[in-house]
Amino acid sequence: MTAAAISARNLRKVYPGSPDVVALADASIDIQDNEFFTLLGPSGCGKTTLLRMIAGFEHPTSGTLTMHGEDLTNLPPYKRPVNTVFQSYALFPHLTVAQNIGFGLEMLGKPKDEIKKTVGEMMELVKMSQMADRQTGQISGGQQQRVALARALAPRPKVLLLDEPLSALDFKLRKDMQLELKRLQTETGITFIFVTHDQEEALTMSDRIAVMSAGTIRQIGGPRDIYDRPAERFVADFIGDTNFVPAQIAANTGNDAQVTLSSGKTVTAKMPEGAALTGKVTLAVRPEHASIGAEAAGLLPGRLSEIVYFGTDTHFHVALDDGTGFVVRSQNRPNETLPFSTGDRISVDFAPGVGQVLRD
Amino acid sequence: MAKRFQIQQMPGFRTIAVVTFVLLYMPIFLLVIYSFNAGTSIAIWEGFSWRWYVSAWDNQQVQEATIRSLVIAFWASAISTTLAVLAALATTRTRKFKGQAAVFAMINQPLMVPEIVTAVALLIFFAMIKVATGYTGLMYLVIAHTAFCIPFAYLPIRARLIGMDLALEQAAADLYAPPFRVFTRITLPQLWPGILAGAMLAFVISLDDVVITEFVKSAGQDTLPTYMLGQLRRVVTPEVNAISTVLLGISVTMVVAFTALSKLKT
Amino acid sequence: MTDSAPPASYATVAEKRASRVRWMLLAPALAVLLFAASGPLLITLVYSMLTPADYGGVIWEPTGDAWFNVFMQRDIFDDTLSWSSAHLSIFWRSVKLSLMTTVGCIIFGFPTAYFIATRPKQQRDMWMLLIIIPFWTNILIRTFAVVELIRNEGTINTLLMWTGLIDEPIQILFTEFSILVGMIYVYLPLMVLPLYASMERLDFSLVEAGYDLYATRMKVLRRIILPLVKPGVIAGSILVFVPSLGAYVTPRVMGGGNQLMIGNLIELQFGQGRNWPLGAALSITLLAIVMVALMAYVRTAGKEGPGHG
Repeated sequence: MTAAAISARNLRKVYPGSPDVVALADASIDIQDNEFFTLLGPSGCGKTTLLRMIAGFEHPTSGTLTMHGEDLTNLPPYKRPVNTVFQSYALFPHLTVAQNIGFGLEMLGKPKDEIKKTVGEMMELVKMSQMADRQTGQISGGQQQRVALARALAPRPKVLLLDEPLSALDFKLRKDMQLELKRLQTETGITFIFVTHDQEEALTMSDRIAVMSAGTIRQIGGPRDIYDRPAERFVADFIGDTNFVPAQIAANTGNDAQVTLSSGKTVTAKMPEGAALTGKVTLAVRPEHASIGAEAAGLLPGRLSEIVYFGTDTHFHVALDDGTGFVVRSQNRPNETLPFSTGDRISVDFAPGVGQVLRD
Repeated sequence: MAKRFQIQQMPGFRTIAVVTFVLLYMPIFLLVIYSFNAGTSIAIWEGFSWRWYVSAWDNQQVQEATIRSLVIAFWASAISTTLAVLAALATTRTRKFKGQAAVFAMINQPLMVPEIVTAVALLIFFAMIKVATGYTGLMYLVIAHTAFCIPFAYLPIRARLIGMDLALEQAAADLYAPPFRVFTRITLPQLWPGILAGAMLAFVISLDDVVITEFVKSAGQDTLPTYMLGQLRRVVTPEVNAISTVLLGISVTMVVAFTALSKLKT
Repeated sequence: MTDSAPPASYATVAEKRASRVRWMLLAPALAVLLFAASGPLLITLVYSMLTPADYGGVIWEPTGDAWFNVFMQRDIFDDTLSWSSAHLSIFWRSVKLSLMTTVGCIIFGFPTAYFIATRPKQQRDMWMLLIIIPFWTNILIRTFAVVELIRNEGTINTLLMWTGLIDEPIQILFTEFSILVGMIYVYLPLMVLPLYASMERLDFSLVEAGYDLYATRMKVLRRIILPLVKPGVIAGSILVFVPSLGAYVTPRVMGGGNQLMIGNLIELQFGQGRNWPLGAALSITLLAIVMVALMAYVRTAGKEGPGHG
């Protein structure tokens, strides 16, 4: 097997000014060729630090970083075949669009006509051909975004780093650019490492996602894995909405377990990988994976406390008898009459294998 | 009809402000107007004339002082701006470093210490050197001016550097530009309005200095301001107005250009 | 993969290199400043503790006389000690005039800064330019402009005599009052600049909230605007007070040699008086007063500034 495009081993970063805060705590990660890889987490989780280390703007306190087996750890940014799309775009204000895109090639000492040709292709690729001689201050935010992309892609880097590049765009433009980025990645075949705090963005675009918090990588997996099988409470909570249900493990069969809920009823739930859990655990159940029904029928009895209409779906807030809350989301259908009203005694139900046991 | 209530207005403030502006500019306007007076009075208007400009132009002392002022201002602003660029590069966009407070204190010292104190200190120190070396040339004035011009050149350059997006230089490094090319291709083109602004400020500050020059200069080393200070002891003719008007013109031009430069987008 | 032990953390190496480059870049500026600013100041301190020579300069014999003479004097005939009333009255005049200058600058500067800050956004820079232009104009020229206005044969007196209101010119120049007028005129921009900076940031919805909650104009000014722009008032006061205290040109031109301030007293020691150590001691005293004022400012600014939590 060939070495990973980017391979980080025990990367650690502690800033000299604040020795008590570990910005990155021994992070290890392998990113494959031609992958759209996303680092997802709240601000301050270390995702940007990791990205900037790959770019070469920060140096790790300890640990190593390799690209296709070659050591990158101590290389300055201008010697790394890696390019970055900055959150602020960082377009050079004193250069034109074309000069910006050609900057990297110029620094690499490419001949003039080759630069011209590549710049032309790049502008074609991001649909900016008409704007070549504009100053960067004269184009819109979305166009600046495209120029920043073209500029970073022009030298054909082995890896493209994107630092929350869509955060400055409005909603509609952001949606378009998400698809555009995915298209560019497929067309160019370059490994994309994408940093975002927006879980939806991560789920839509990525091949794989690493969820980070407090300087640590919590879980790595495909979008479906991360959403359907969160390994920890943090991941389950950060991505999408989740109900946390207290439970007790009755029987552990490896991949699955029989768990007993507060109502005394037992249901099959999935176990996190490689975790030997016993005793009290927490179960994560997505609101759309649960349903409500008559009091005796379901797993968890309670009282319907609130019904909130959302257009596409309706949220049922349930006050369970064990004192916890539970939200059930159900899609709305035309001409539907709700079978329950606020205050009714009801129960929450979910199918075997839907609940996910969390590691902590 | 009742006046509408103005949220931002305070009673009397507008009047005082207008009075302030009038008081601020009236003496300057009169000074300029009487520089064109045909008579010798600075209060009685006797008609328009260029005679005081001509007489100032023909005055050998004024000529020499002007050239001296310009030479000193040129060197002081050129050297102080160069040093300020280096110092600004060293002190911005860096984490807090050991000795930072001391460095800032030294750079800003000419702004904090009363001019008369600096003047006296330089008089004492340079007198020692003059005795030791026998050299009494213009270099003392150039060095003294350079020192007090440094903070004035430093501030706009530093402000420009701080306002500059750090990501720009990182982007250049990311796009394969080694450090020196990052500086020449990205930092310097971005910085030059700040450098020019700093240099102009330093030039004006040097050109206008009275106190330090008065104490540091050797015999026969009058600059335009110290020459004027000497003249004020005597009966003043509109010739001083004429010189003042020219200096005023230089200052106004420089300030307007400086303001325009500082506004240039980073 | 290499199997050698990992090198010392590259982050540390990079940090060290950055530090070396930093000091190399700083060295030229610091050298000039050491030579023509900080260094001479230290030598002045040394000079203040030496014996004066007859025609300027010093004899290298340590003595505390200069410092003694800053505040005290010894009677030539009977050797009795007394406060140096001449010096003390000059100190007092300096402090008094500087405080009055500061207050005067607030009286004119506060409404002016407020007026500018409440102009439409695109006009404000133009108004501020009108404040900045005098600020960068030669202090001597501006002082001289005021002199021309108020001297006996100046504009005001000529005008008054011409209208017949007075027969003889009113003596305005060469009084304490004329120094005050000159200093307010010269230092006013130093007050307006920081005041404007803090007023421009003032959130006028707070003023609206004040009126909404039944405050009168005076109450809004005192209870809302003033507390919010207080840092600007303090900064402006310091910026005016400090150079006023060390003023040399304005009192020399406006005071005509008989209304001395500290700056002029210092100069005398290097001219007619020829007592360099005393001049040095007076300079250090002035510097000390200024430093105390600056430190008091840093303290209050630290407390008043936009604090975090």
